[in-house]
Amino acid sequence: MDSIIMENAAAETVWTLVGTVDDIPVLGSRVVRTPDGDIALFRTAADEVFALEDACPHKRGPLSQGIVHGRRVTCPLHNWVIELATGEAVAPDEGRTGHVPVRVDGRSVAIALGEAKLSRGGCRKACGHV
Amino acid sequence: MDMHLSSNNGPAVELNEAELRSAGPARERLVVVGNGMAGMKTVEELLAKAPGRFDVTVFGAEPHPNYNRIMLSPVLAGEKTFDQIVLNSREWYDANGITLLTGEPVEGIDREAKTVVSQSGRVVPYDRLLIATGSMPFIIPVPGSTLPGVIGFRDLADVDAMLAAAAKGGRAVVIGGGLLGLEAANGLRVKGMEVTVVHLMPTLMERQLDPSAGMLLQRELERRGIEVLTGADTAEIVGDEWVSAVRLKDGRELPADIVVMAVGIRPNMALGKAAGLDCGRGIRVDDQMRTSDPSIYAVGECVEHRGVTWGLVAPLFEMAKVLAHDLAGGEGAAYTGSVTSTKLKVTGVDVFSAGDFSGGAGTEDIVFRDAARGVYKRLVLKDGKLLGAVLYGDTKDGAWYFSLLKDGADVSAERDTMIFGQGFGSADAGDPNAAIAALPDSAEICGCNGVCKGTIVKAITEKGLTSLDEVKAHTKASASCGGCSGTVERLLAVTLGDGFTAAPKVKPMCKCTHHTHDAVRAAIVDHGLKTMADVFQAMEWTTPDGCASCRPALNYYLLCAWPGEYRDDYQSRYINERAHANIQKDGTYSVVPRMWGGLTTAAELRAIADVVDKFAIPTVKVTGGQRIDLFGVKKEDLPAVWADLNAAGMVSGHAYAKGLRTVKTCVGSEWCRFGTQDSTGLGVKLERMTWGTWTPHKVKLAVSGCPRNCAEATIKDLGVVCIDSGYELHVGGNGGLHVRACDLLVRVATEEEVLEYTGAFMQLYREEARYLERTAPWVERVGLDHIKAALVDDPERRRALNARFLFSQTFSQDDPWAERAAKGVDRHEFNLLAEVG
Repeated sequence: MDSIIMENAAAETVWTLVGTVDDIPVLGSRVVRTPDGDIALFRTAADEVFALEDACPHKRGPLSQGIVHGRRVTCPLHNWVIELATGEAVAPDEGRTGHVPVRVDGRSVAIALGEAKLSRGGCRKACGHV
Repeated sequence: MDMHLSSNNGPAVELNEAELRSAGPARERLVVVGNGMAGMKTVEELLAKAPGRFDVTVFGAEPHPNYNRIMLSPVLAGEKTFDQIVLNSREWYDANGITLLTGEPVEGIDREAKTVVSQSGRVVPYDRLLIATGSMPFIIPVPGSTLPGVIGFRDLADVDAMLAAAAKGGRAVVIGGGLLGLEAANGLRVKGMEVTVVHLMPTLMERQLDPSAGMLLQRELERRGIEVLTGADTAEIVGDEWVSAVRLKDGRELPADIVVMAVGIRPNMALGKAAGLDCGRGIRVDDQMRTSDPSIYAVGECVEHRGVTWGLVAPLFEMAKVLAHDLAGGEGAAYTGSVTSTKLKVTGVDVFSAGDFSGGAGTEDIVFRDAARGVYKRLVLKDGKLLGAVLYGDTKDGAWYFSLLKDGADVSAERDTMIFGQGFGSADAGDPNAAIAALPDSAEICGCNGVCKGTIVKAITEKGLTSLDEVKAHTKASASCGGCSGTVERLLAVTLGDGFTAAPKVKPMCKCTHHTHDAVRAAIVDHGLKTMADVFQAMEWTTPDGCASCRPALNYYLLCAWPGEYRDDYQSRYINERAHANIQKDGTYSVVPRMWGGLTTAAELRAIADVVDKFAIPTVKVTGGQRIDLFGVKKEDLPAVWADLNAAGMVSGHAYAKGLRTVKTCVGSEWCRFGTQDSTGLGVKLERMTWGTWTPHKVKLAVSGCPRNCAEATIKDLGVVCIDSGYELHVGGNGGLHVRACDLLVRVATEEEVLEYTGAFMQLYREEARYLERTAPWVERVGLDHIKAALVDDPERRRALNARFLFSQTFSQDDPWAERAAKGVDRHEFNLLAEVG
C-alpha cells in the first residue's frame, strides 16, 4: 500500500475523510459528491484505493459504474479503459480524467480535494500516483 | 565466568563491577537487553569483527538460550524439536565470555547513572546499551480478549500452550490469516485439532500475496481440512473461565477450545519509552541504529527507522550488521531500509513473495499458470526492472528473482523467458526458441499428460509431423488444458526450422487467455470449476482478475453450469445488471416495470403516473416491447421508485438484463375477429415461466394470435404464431443491426407443448451459445438441424433440457427491485459514499 499513500510535504493539504476501505466493494466503486462534481473511489483486488473524477475523458460517462479489473476500470458507456492510478485512457484511446490524491490510514480513506480541483485537471503534481 | 549467572533458576546475585571486569584490562561494557535474533546477531557480528572489544552482558526475558524464532512453526507442527532451533547454546555464551541472564526481564534504564535494573533487582552498569526487545503480538481489544485460552504466537511459551491444548484435541480458532496465523493453523491441524482461520481481509496473506495466489493457498489449506473464513470480523471472544467460542460481527459463533491471536505484532518499546528515548511506533533510530541517547542503540522489531517498522528477519540482520560495524569502530556503514521477501513455512505449501506486486501505471505483469502442477507465478516489471514477484507452488526461483529485484538489475533481455526460471534458455536468453532448443530431452513440456521434449521431437522427426494438431494427436502433448501449446509450437519451429508455419489461431475469449469461449465452457463443466478463481487458475489466465470482457462471460457460464450453487459475482456484472436499470448517456437510469404479455391496468398506470410526478421523471415512453419506460431517473432515487411500483404490484421488467426481456402479444381470440388462439393468455404464461432467467444475451419472445402476425413473432428469439390447428414455433430471429427472420422449428397442438419447447430452446441456448451471442447468430452458427435434432427429434433430450431450465428458474425468480427497495440488498450501490464541501 505504501506506493499509493501520498506523503505530501505541502502543509496546506487538507485531507477529507470520506469513509473506510470496507465501504467500497472489492473490484467496485463508490461516489463522493463534491461541489466540483462527483468523485469515484475505486478498490482493487489488492485492496488499494484510487479516486478519479467520475467522468470518462471520452463522453463523460460515469466511471464509478464501470467494471474494475487489475488497476483499471472500463467505462460503462463505450468501453474505454482508464488507468485508476493516473486517469489516463489506455491506448489506442487518448485522454485523461482528473485523479485525486488518496490517503489510506488503517482502514479509513481520505481524499485531498484542495489539491485536485477537477477543473484544473485533477491532482497535478500534488499526488504521488504518477 | 560463573556458571550460576546464566541459570534462570539460580538465586539473584548482586554482581559487582569489579567482578565483572576482573577478566582483563578495562573494556567497554556492552549490555544487550533482549536475547532474541536481532540482539544476538549483533553480538555475533561484533565478536567476528572485534573480538574482546566489549565486556558483554545479555538479558533475556525468556528462560531459554537464544533460538530461531522463525522456526517456531515447525516446532509447533512437530517437524523440529526445540533443541534443533537453538542458535547459540549456553556453552557458546560461556566460550565467548558473555554473561547471559535468562528469565530476567529488564525493568528500567537509568540513563544518568548508565545502569539497567532487572525484574529481580539486579543492577548492571553499561557504557553502551543495546535494546533489542523485539515485539509483542497485537491482541485485538474485543470483549473476552484477555480470557485464559487466548494465545499469541510469539515465543516458545505460546507454542507450549498450543501444544498442550492440541494434546486434548478439540477446536482452535486462529484470528488472522497472515503468515503467522496460517503457520499456527497448520501446526494445530497437524496436531489433530479442528481449525478455523478467521481473516478480516478478502484473501489470505494479502500483504504478501496477490488475490490469485491467496485463493490458491486458501484452497490448499481447505484441502488439508482447515476451515477458512475471509471477510470475517471478530466481535467478541466468548467464555466464562476459559474461552468457549469466537463470535463474529455477522453473528456467526465459532466454538473454540483455544483462540490463537495472530493479527500482527507491535514493537515492544516500553523500556525505551520509559527511559525517555524518542519513540514513534517503535524506538526511533538513525541509520547507525542510534537512539536519541548516543550511548543507547536499538535493533530489530522494536525500532522505527525512517518511519518504518520491520517484522521480518532479513531487515533485522541487516540492522545488526550495520550496528556491529559501528560498535567495532568502523565507519561509513548505514542502514537505509530493506527490500524484503517472505516464504510461508507450511510443509508442502510453497509460497514466496517479494517487492511491490500491486501493479500500477507503467508496470507490466507476466503471469504464468500451470494448472496441472498447481503453479502460479506473477512477475511485475517496470522500466525493464523487476519490481515484485509472487510465486505459488513452485518457488525454486524465488531467490533468483529476489536478487534481481534487490539489485535493480535490467532484465529486458530475459523478459520473455524469465518467468520459467533461472537458466531457462541460458544459451540465448533473449530468444524463446533458443530457450526451448536448450532444454534437455527429459524436460517435461506437457504437465497434464506427462510428455517430455524428447518424445515430442522424436514424434515430429520420425512421423513427419508439421502441425500442433498432429503433435497433439500423436503425443497427447497440449491435448488437455492446452497451456503448453505455445511451447509445442516452438518445439515444432525449432525441430522443423523453416518448414513450420504456425496454425492460424482460433479467436480467444479475450486478451486474458488463449482459450476460446467454447473451451472455457467445456472446462467449467468437465473439470467442475465452480468459481472464477478456479477458472483463472485452471485455464491459465494471464491477468490476476480478468477484464471487463471475460469476467461477465465467466460469471454467466458459471451461473449457467451450477444453478443454485455458484454465487453470482456482483462486480463481474455490467452496471445495468447491478443497478437493475438501464444507464443513459448522462449517467441517469431508465426504469421499465414488467407488464405481463403487454397487459396493464388502470391502477398500474395510475401508480406509474404518480411515480413520474413524485420523482419529476422527464421522459415517459412506450417501448417496442409493449411496456412503459421511465427515463432520467437519478440513481439514488431508484430504490424509492421501485418501492412505489412494487406497492402497485409491479416488478422489474428486466429491460436491462442479458435475460428474458418481454413477451410481446396481440390480443388473439379474446377480442380479435381473426384470432385463432388465446395469444395474450399464452404470452402471459410464457412470460411467467421465463422471466428472471439469465441468458447469453437478451431474449425476446412474442405470440401472435393468427398468421397475420401482429406481434411480429417471426423476428423474435422465439416467436409463436397461432394457427387453427395449434401453434407454430419460430426461432432465431431478431431486429437490430442484422435483421434475421426466424426459422420454423416445429408445429405443435397444445399450449403445454409450446411451454416445453420454449423451456428446452431457452436452455439449449443458455448452455451452448457464447456470451453476448444472440439466438440469431447462434442458430446460424450451429445450424437449424442441430437445434431440431436436440429439440424435435429427441423428445427425451427436450424434456431434460426443459427440466434443467425449470430447475435453474427456481433460483432466479426473485424480483430484484423488491429485494433492493424493501430488503436493502446492495444498498451501497445506490447511496453516495459521502457528500463533502
